[in-house]
Amino acid sequence: MNKIVSKEQFSANVTKLVVEAPLIAKSRRAGHFVIVRCGEKGERIPLTIADSDTVNGTITLVIQAVGESTRKICALNPGDCLTDVVGPLGQATHIENYGTVLCCGGGVGVAPLLPIIRAMKAAGNRVVSVLAGRSKDLIILEKEVRESSDDVIIMTDDGSYGQKGLVTAGVEEVIKREKVDYCVTIGPAIMMKFVAKLTKEYNVPTEASLNAIMVDGTGMCGACRVTVGGKTRFVCVEGPEFDAHQIDFDELMMRLKGAQ
Amino acid sequence: METNDINAQRNEQWRADLRATKSPKERTAIPRVEMPQLDPQYRITCNEEVNQGITAEQAVLEASRCLDCPNPQCVTGCPVNINIPKFIKNIERGEFGLAAATLKETSSLPAVCGRVCPQEKQCESRCIHLKMKHQPVAIGYLERFAADWQRNSGQAEKPVMAPKNGIKVAVIGSGPSGLSFAGDMAKRGYDVTVFEALHEIGGVLKYGIPEFRLPNSIVDFEIDGLREMGVTFVKDCLVGKTITYDDLHEMGFKGIFVGSGAGFPRFMDIPGENLNGVMSSNEYLTRINLMGAGHGGETPVLNGKTIAVIGGGNTAMDSTRTAKRMGAERVILVYRRSEEEMPARLEEVGHAKEEGIEFMTLHNPIEYIGDETGRVRMMRVQRMELGEPDASGRRSPVPVEGAIEEIPVDLVIVAVGVSPNQLVPRSIEGLEVSRRNTIVVNEETMQSSVSDLYAGGDIVRGGATVILAMGDGRRAALNMHAQLSGN
Repeated sequence: MNKIVSKEQFSANVTKLVVEAPLIAKSRRAGHFVIVRCGEKGERIPLTIADSDTVNGTITLVIQAVGESTRKICALNPGDCLTDVVGPLGQATHIENYGTVLCCGGGVGVAPLLPIIRAMKAAGNRVVSVLAGRSKDLIILEKEVRESSDDVIIMTDDGSYGQKGLVTAGVEEVIKREKVDYCVTIGPAIMMKFVAKLTKEYNVPTEASLNAIMVDGTGMCGACRVTVGGKTRFVCVEGPEFDAHQIDFDELMMRLKGAQ
Repeated sequence: METNDINAQRNEQWRADLRATKSPKERTAIPRVEMPQLDPQYRITCNEEVNQGITAEQAVLEASRCLDCPNPQCVTGCPVNINIPKFIKNIERGEFGLAAATLKETSSLPAVCGRVCPQEKQCESRCIHLKMKHQPVAIGYLERFAADWQRNSGQAEKPVMAPKNGIKVAVIGSGPSGLSFAGDMAKRGYDVTVFEALHEIGGVLKYGIPEFRLPNSIVDFEIDGLREMGVTFVKDCLVGKTITYDDLHEMGFKGIFVGSGAGFPRFMDIPGENLNGVMSSNEYLTRINLMGAGHGGETPVLNGKTIAVIGGGNTAMDSTRTAKRMGAERVILVYRRSEEEMPARLEEVGHAKEEGIEFMTLHNPIEYIGDETGRVRMMRVQRMELGEPDASGRRSPVPVEGAIEEIPVDLVIVAVGVSPNQLVPRSIEGLEVSRRNTIVVNEETMQSSVSDLYAGGDIVRGGATVILAMGDGRRAALNMHAQLSGN
């Protein structure tokens, strides 16, 4: 049982929970995720870790309510408990000083991107972040992202905040104006697909963090398999990050849709 | 059990007296007991255990078939050398509790092994009755009877516990090898903590083997017994991720046993295998057995009208029978060799057939075809014929040119084997791992290349049986104890 310490509502469907998990808080690094379960009959849901606090022994999760299980988790309040939290799972992000790193996040994807932005900044990179959402209230963690970025571009579909347009417009703007050495993208599969397509045109090495269907999250079930460079890989143990130019995003989207 | 002990115990007066009560001829004339089973038409509608267990009268009669031979080969056929004649003769004289205690001398999970061991390939395959063209003594049924009798008697056996020695040992994984190691070390006075990655204790006994073959209550009873012996269980903890091997040392653990299993499912790498509706047997069975999909759990599982299960092992049989219980109209088992080469237990094959599973042997899928949504709708299967024997000694399947068939399916479960889960071994520096990703151990002591680390079960063997895993746990406990106590 892991107690919820605090809660913040980012938007109608997006909730931030700070959860007691001292061992995970200590061992996790940028890019890792956890599997949580709510209730004795609950599903195992993979969630990327947005932040951790080793002093208080907590991790921060940002959850978008999309189905019954995530709605149940989002409805929890401080003092309530998650039945299970296991992790940190997956491979941590490879962090090094590339030069200029473009970090591109869409919707709740900004939450797992934040620790990568911080780590890339700490490694001495110039970090340019592009945050995207359908509208102003879906842009999350802007303040935290700004604290660790040299520049931030905000894109909204409806133009209610920042620039009007898709995330790719923001990415292209950056690539055209300065030399980008590396790109990290996290968000909906369709967004990552087009970011990858664009950065491939400009030859910018790009890593995408995938959110696949999982049961155990430890390599046991294979529900999370994805084709990367023509080979089947398991997102849970070999990912969640892969070379975005090699990922079969269409298959990923098909698999995500088919599980609903 | 040493041969000398087995012989000495055979010479005890009560055994001699019991042998004298019936002639070998009378004993061999008794027909082998038949396991009472649920009716196939009924059992496919529910998850109830198929084998109902034999009654006390049946057990005593079956036990009397055993000749109590001077040189019992059944014991050598048992991977952990249970003193089989002793437990059987205790049943014959009505001492069911002593029979159970005899099993417990060597096996920590007799109620489990009595259900899932391939006795026909082990103990029963060496029974003297076979030499006389009779059916072997039903050792497995008797094992299950004794273990169940004790569990239901309310007089749970209190194991003899050594005084606590204050030495902490850790177990990674709560499957059969880990549980048996934990029990043996607790009995020797150690302070044992078992770390499990999942939210349930029991490993493959819980997520893999279905309820209708091994009820969870049986496994839980054994786990509760270990808890009473002072074993601590930590769930949701992945050693190598949540805590490291070094953390275990800092926490004061002096010895570590790895029984993390072979949880990595294999696929065949054929076109269409990543379509929706094609999944590993691990995924299918975990969703249903562990997560309760279709039985009140919130985890979903895809259903299908026509389900193909690929493979010929016990997991494939479990998957076909589970699919039937989940409401599939047609379940087809596709296996590339013939029925003779199937690694599954005969009993499981028989049960599957009784339940209406179609067997499509000498066929191998070569491609899956999906609809516009990406859901599998068709499988293309290649007819095979048997060629020369391969490394496993089985005749290897060879494609029959041009013999390709298309069969409509809407769910495919791939049960073609598992590989060791690399997560734990990879996290330990200096640990020798084989090309197949198994942990390399000294086969006698189960000690790895890291001196305080022992391993057993599928992480060492790559894919074996519950009883072998359990035997490994026992052997590791014996040798780790010798190392830690300086003997």
